Amino acid sequence: MAAFTAEIVYRGIFQKNLAARIVRGIVLSARKSGRWGIAFGRYGDSPQRNGIPAKDFAIVADTKEELEQNMARYEPKHVDVTICVDDTLAKGVESWAWYGLQPLNRLIVPGGTLLITSLQPYGDILRDIHRKDTPFTMALIRARASFSGLWVYKEDHTEVRILGALAKIVPAFLSLDAVCQAVSEMEWGSDLKVASARKAYDRLESREIEAGEGNPETPYSFELPRWWEMREGVSIPAIPLGKPKEGGKGYVPERNPYFKKFSTRTMRPVIDFDTCVKCNLCWISCPDSCFDVMPDGTFDANMESCCGCGVCEAVCPVEKCITMVNESVFDDNASQWDAWRQDKDAYRTWMIDKISNTQATVRSHGFRFRGQYEEELKSELDAGGQAITAGIPGENAQHKTV
Amino acid sequence: MAVETKAAQAAEDKELLISGSEAVAEALTLADIDVVTAYPIRPYDTVMQAIAKKISGGQLQAEYIVAEGEHSQFEIVKHASMVNARVFCGSSGVGWAYAMECLVVTPSLRVPMVALVGNRALDDPGAFGVEHNDALFVRDLGWMLCWIDTSQEALDTTLIAYRVAEDRRVFLPLAISADGAFLTHSQAITMVPPKEKVDRFLPRYDRGDLQLHPDNPITVAPQVNEDWVIEIRRQTNEAMKRATTVIEEAYTDFRRVFGRGPENPWFEEYMTEDADVILIGMGTISLPLKVAIREMRAKGKKVGLVRLRWFRPFPTDRLVAALSKAHAIGVIDRDYSFGSPFGSGVVANEVRAAMYNAATRPPLVSFTGGLGGREVTLEDVHKVTEMCFAAAASGKSDVQTHWLGVRE
Ligand code: SF4
Ligand code: SF4
Repeated sequence: MAAFTAEIVYRGIFQKNLAARIVRGIVLSARKSGRWGIAFGRYGDSPQRNGIPAKDFAIVADTKEELEQNMARYEPKHVDVTICVDDTLAKGVESWAWYGLQPLNRLIVPGGTLLITSLQPYGDILRDIHRKDTPFTMALIRARASFSGLWVYKEDHTEVRILGALAKIVPAFLSLDAVCQAVSEMEWGSDLKVASARKAYDRLESREIEAGEGNPETPYSFELPRWWEMREGVSIPAIPLGKPKEGGKGYVPERNPYFKKFSTRTMRPVIDFDTCVKCNLCWISCPDSCFDVMPDGTFDANMESCCGCGVCEAVCPVEKCITMVNESVFDDNASQWDAWRQDKDAYRTWMIDKISNTQATVRSHGFRFRGQYEEELKSELDAGGQAITAGIPGENAQHKTV
Repeated sequence: MAVETKAAQAAEDKELLISGSEAVAEALTLADIDVVTAYPIRPYDTVMQAIAKKISGGQLQAEYIVAEGEHSQFEIVKHASMVNARVFCGSSGVGWAYAMECLVVTPSLRVPMVALVGNRALDDPGAFGVEHNDALFVRDLGWMLCWIDTSQEALDTTLIAYRVAEDRRVFLPLAISADGAFLTHSQAITMVPPKEKVDRFLPRYDRGDLQLHPDNPITVAPQVNEDWVIEIRRQTNEAMKRATTVIEEAYTDFRRVFGRGPENPWFEEYMTEDADVILIGMGTISLPLKVAIREMRAKGKKVGLVRLRWFRPFPTDRLVAALSKAHAIGVIDRDYSFGSPFGSGVVANEVRAAMYNAATRPPLVSFTGGLGGREVTLEDVHKVTEMCFAAAASGKSDVQTHWLGVRE
């Protein structure tokens, strides 16, 4: 191949700058060997919302003509490498720009590579990643998802680690020397970053994924209406009123039938219905109106619309009644209340298993304390380990144990 | 709601001496409009004053809202129209420009508002006289556009406008253009029909499934991505295409009910039957053109006039048929389009585009004149005609646009 295309699937807002730096780094590194390239975002993703999956692309080619040939599409239809800097996106991508769920590996060419930052074993990630009818390679950089808050860049070297890993995956286009040279010359470069890129090159793990291996589910999709099927006047039917949960009791609102937020969140609330004091605070505070009112007066967070913001956890007055848990440890979007009602003991066992998972209850994004990134960076660079901070210091961290 | 002053209104037309703006207000009263918004700018303000008089005189019951600017003026009627109110609005020149953000959204939202544009030169320089560039701002956006010539046509076209815009097949905004001063401020004898005739012609506005109402919960104008936009544009395009049929139907019905009105809704043809040269213009420019044509006819020169009424939808087929038989065409634009092909005004370039596929394409000469309300003189028209005859003789179009009445 004389051209190389990579996409990066990232979390809107939180990883916006990270993704832009990676695609920029790819082009600048390739330039070091005299190649041409372009880095761009999927424009439809551009009005990003917190956590909503979005995409950036980089195309690199030997000549300008080859570059143009590969740029002639609004968005690449095939990529050699898909880069994902948050492993909860393994469940799929439902971006702002389209309807339905796109498997994370959908665009990868046969024999191409999926490069993910993750601490999970291959098997756990594969439970989420949809199966494909052609083989591909899954390459892992052992690291947590790199998140910052709104427009804040988390300087944890993730971008140069990705570049170092790419030098191993596609050496014909990005040599390690070219990457290191580009990293040290780039406006955000440093010797330490060059070291990080080299370490990622050395430590990169990978596994061949066979055709048909992975999550057998069919991703939900929608048929877009033809122009004459659409209601005129840029109008859509309002979402109808909801219904009682059962026996005339409780209330389950109707929700947007097209836009689901299954892939938007990185964490979800786990609720202890036994200790809930029915204070309504979660229901009233949830920005996405996720909570269904149960017949017994408790509240069930509906996973169709939860964006994982963690507000409910922050407002709940009862200790450990709501706990945010990383999305990667869940395999479905089923109702917690239904499970609890069916078998309270089994639910308690399930719940304790989730909320006592120290890795999974670390808040995956946001700035928590001064010096945090430096601390994390150090431990990750030296040992590949991570500093763990549960909860939000100053808010609810004192209630959480690691 | 109109107020019934007498138990039985006369079924006969009333003869009144009224201006073009007052004629529009008469039509609005007969059409029983519900909401009207106002913000003064000359010459449109004559209409808002005339409507205010109708309301204060008890002939019309309508919400009369004075907005704080043209943008709000059009926003208010847009929303009122969505809840099924029959609305009226209007402006002139840069006032119309100030409302642009709202003017842009009304076609895709399928708001059948009727607006009067009292044509006025755009600032700068601050001037009151007529130019057509203000109304032409919206020519590409899904607004229907027509130009009127007399008080009678002002009244009749306003009634027709509601009938067309509010037809479910169309649901597009419609702007009626009236030349500032020449029409808005000139009083002429006008026949005002009785309400029962109007009721036979103009059905109630029914927004149906697009009406904002608690019983019909809908969300209007959500944010969308590129996977919806083309379909929405296509819907507007189809509505505009259907408007052609609906306009034809409306004029036929108008003639049936009122016993007057043109056979051809799209343009007036004056002495074109055997004409060697056909002149084209919009609005009140017809007057000097007609008089000069009569003078030339007296001297044996076969000249005719096509006065365009409808600019959107553009009557391509009928216009091509009417123009193909001439030996030369002269288009006089009361507007400008700087840097356009041949430096022509908007109408000349539209006519050229329409004629591109015609089997016979007579030479075309384009003129810019009457800007800022300056008079187009009979001498100007004679000069225009001579140039057209010269083009007819040479068989070639002139590649430059001639400016009329400019101090050289
Ligand atoms: S995390 Fe809690 S507050 Fe936030 S969207 Fe989900 S349920 Fe609502
Ligand atoms: S905030 Fe906590 S205690 Fe209050 S209703 Fe919600 S889950 Fe129950």
